[in-house]
Amino acid sequence: MLTSVKTLSTALGLALAATLAWAGPASAAKAPPPPSQNWSFEGVFGKFDRAAKQRGFQVYTEVCASCHGLRLMSYRNLSALGYTDDEIKAYAAQFEVQDGPDEFGEMFFRPAEPKDRFVEPFANAREAAAANGGAVPPDLTLMTKARKNGADYLYALLTGYRDEAPEGFELSDTQYYNDFYPGHAIAMAPPLWPDGVEYADGTPATVEQQARDLTTFLSWTAEPEMEERKSMGHAVILFILFFIVVAYFNKRRLWAQLH
Amino acid sequence: MSSTSPDPEFTGVVRWIDRRLPIFTMMHKEYKAFPVPKNLNYFWSFGALASITLIVMIATGIILAMQYQPNTALAFDSVERIMRDVNYGWLIRYIHMNGASMFFIVVYIHIFRGLYYGSYKEPRELLWILGVIILVLMMGAAFMGYVLPWGQMSLWGATVITNLFSAFPLVGEDLVTLLWGGFSVDNPTLNRFFALHYLLPFVILGVVVLHVAALHIPGSNNPTGIEPKGPQDTVNFHPFMTSKDMIGIGFYLLLFAALVFFAPNFLGHPDNYIPANPQVTPPHIVPEWYFLPYYAILRSFTDDWWVFLVVFSWWGVDAKLAGVLAMFGSLVVLALVPWLDTSRVKSARYRPIYKWAVALFVINFLILGWVGGKEAEEPYVTIAQLSTIYYFLHFLVFMPVIGWIERPKPLPSSISQSVLSPAE
Ligand code: HEC
Ligand code: HEM
Repeated sequence: MLTSVKTLSTALGLALAATLAWAGPASAAKAPPPPSQNWSFEGVFGKFDRAAKQRGFQVYTEVCASCHGLRLMSYRNLSALGYTDDEIKAYAAQFEVQDGPDEFGEMFFRPAEPKDRFVEPFANAREAAAANGGAVPPDLTLMTKARKNGADYLYALLTGYRDEAPEGFELSDTQYYNDFYPGHAIAMAPPLWPDGVEYADGTPATVEQQARDLTTFLSWTAEPEMEERKSMGHAVILFILFFIVVAYFNKRRLWAQLH
Repeated sequence: MSSTSPDPEFTGVVRWIDRRLPIFTMMHKEYKAFPVPKNLNYFWSFGALASITLIVMIATGIILAMQYQPNTALAFDSVERIMRDVNYGWLIRYIHMNGASMFFIVVYIHIFRGLYYGSYKEPRELLWILGVIILVLMMGAAFMGYVLPWGQMSLWGATVITNLFSAFPLVGEDLVTLLWGGFSVDNPTLNRFFALHYLLPFVILGVVVLHVAALHIPGSNNPTGIEPKGPQDTVNFHPFMTSKDMIGIGFYLLLFAALVFFAPNFLGHPDNYIPANPQVTPPHIVPEWYFLPYYAILRSFTDDWWVFLVVFSWWGVDAKLAGVLAMFGSLVVLALVPWLDTSRVKSARYRPIYKWAVALFVINFLILGWVGGKEAEEPYVTIAQLSTIYYFLHFLVFMPVIGWIERPKPLPSSISQSVLSPAE
């Protein structure tokens, strides 16, 4: 009974929301489009800058990982950043995953292994919301694919905080003003600070530098196949061009017989 | 040289089989010696391109289905697993995803070709109607396919579109419950959509076979619209038309590969990389690009639009139902084109007024697609409404009237003559 009431109300809610979305103009305040940046991974020949990817991974681990997961990544995937098997094992072992049941039927915790998916910062969405003033930090694996102009947007978001909201703009205590977040009021405190991390390679850790590195890293988590895809694309395109030339001369030869 | 069809001589096993089941004779007749007008241009390659796309979709789809999980809890992650962990899964998935777009690009051009050269006219009316049926089935297949990855647009697109059926009087609500298999777009919906998404392409394949069979009775139309008068006007399908099609296939593959390898998500919507969430409505729900012209027609019907008030409201049809009827109507009028066009001349090449009407129709269709992707606010609503009127005017008024008033240019006496001294 209870469940059917629940389904029914979800259904009504869905139908209502859909009708509203369909009939009325979307009321969400718009944010300006993010300025276009130059990225190493842009374009037909673009590749991820490996050093930037590694630095971005460091910022993710030290800053973002306490709130945001990378649920679709496995620790073993880190080999693409240039880490050795031992380094990956050591990194994974900092986290705990539940396993089991063991021979006594008990569930137990063990250190994570390279084969495991990244351990999530919160047990579930409720816990995440409770820890973040009611807002759930979204998973970041696909973030750059899940927003329009993903990479530019992410960079603009991370560097787009203002210390104070413009005159007359109401923010609650758990909200911050961001130029590029739709509606401007975001429930994430500015996560990046100058020298908030200390880069192993000595790169000065300005907010912009950290944001660039993170964006490179998260573009890789979103599209780990990108470099392989593009280089296969080069071969395929060359083959097709060759095919077109052959097809053209074949057609000319055949049709010449007709006249 | 001209087309000839000497009966093929088979030997050995082939002969043994052919005597009992004449598939080799059939292939020879329909795909080798089959005579096609010798003046066909590259627009005549788009049928072959559409067939190839269908085969590509079925092949990649079956591979995807081996890894895909039609369950709301697993669907999104199973697609990501294909992208990340299955060998070349990203390739298969991106081919399938962009293949749907290629399919519509190719089929829309194929249809405009038919409209321009009068390919729907006697004796090709059934061929044309079968084509429109394929378009409708493709829309069904693509719509349900888009639901499968279970992202935000999958869920909300499906919710908006299935809700449309509730507009029908009496049966509407029950129909929607039946589509959903429950009281909202949920697991049962995903299950049945997967089953139907697997089925529909094979239905399409069947209709394509009928479409080709209906084509092979009168044979292909051609840019002059004059039927071949004898073997001097035709060439054998193979190797002449096939050698030409190969060039078309080359350029088609070039575009397809550019999308798959360098811009795989260019035609998609970012929201579909957010897992479906019934609690969060995306700010702007839009269907895939190939549905946008129809979506624009659907949304044109607002409560205060005079067309709605004049044509629909007085017989008890509300704006939502009117939009749905107009959307389906836009496909019905397309199917009725053989009877709406009153001209005796097929090809727009010899039709000085209709030629421009088709060009404007295509431009208008593109405008519809453009406004279909905009939010429902001014000036887009007005543009969509004007374009919707123009869409129906083209079919219901311009086509018959132009046929009556236009003075066609003199037709060449045969295809061969037109090749020697072209009209323009
Ligand atoms: C203290 C917890 C916390 C930390 C640390 C944190 N975030 Fe967030 N983040 C959130 C919350 C909460 C939201 C949801 C905001 C909302 O819904 O208004 C969010 C939202 C986001 C979004 C989504 C914005 C959108 O368009 O919806 C991105 C991207 C993001 N965070 C990136 C990062 C990155 C990168 C870092 C590391 C530099 C980081 N966050 C660190 C809590 C955090
Ligand atoms: C007429 C031919 C077809 C069309 C137009 C079509 C269209 C689509 C579309 C638009 C998607 C969503 C793509 C995405 O965003 O991920 C999709 C997904 C899918 N299709 Fe098809 N499809 C066709 C044939 C098939 C066939 C024959 C099968 C299986 C036998 C199939 C299996 C799948 C599966 C499993 C998915 C989900 C995986 C994914 O989303 O990538 N499709 N299809």
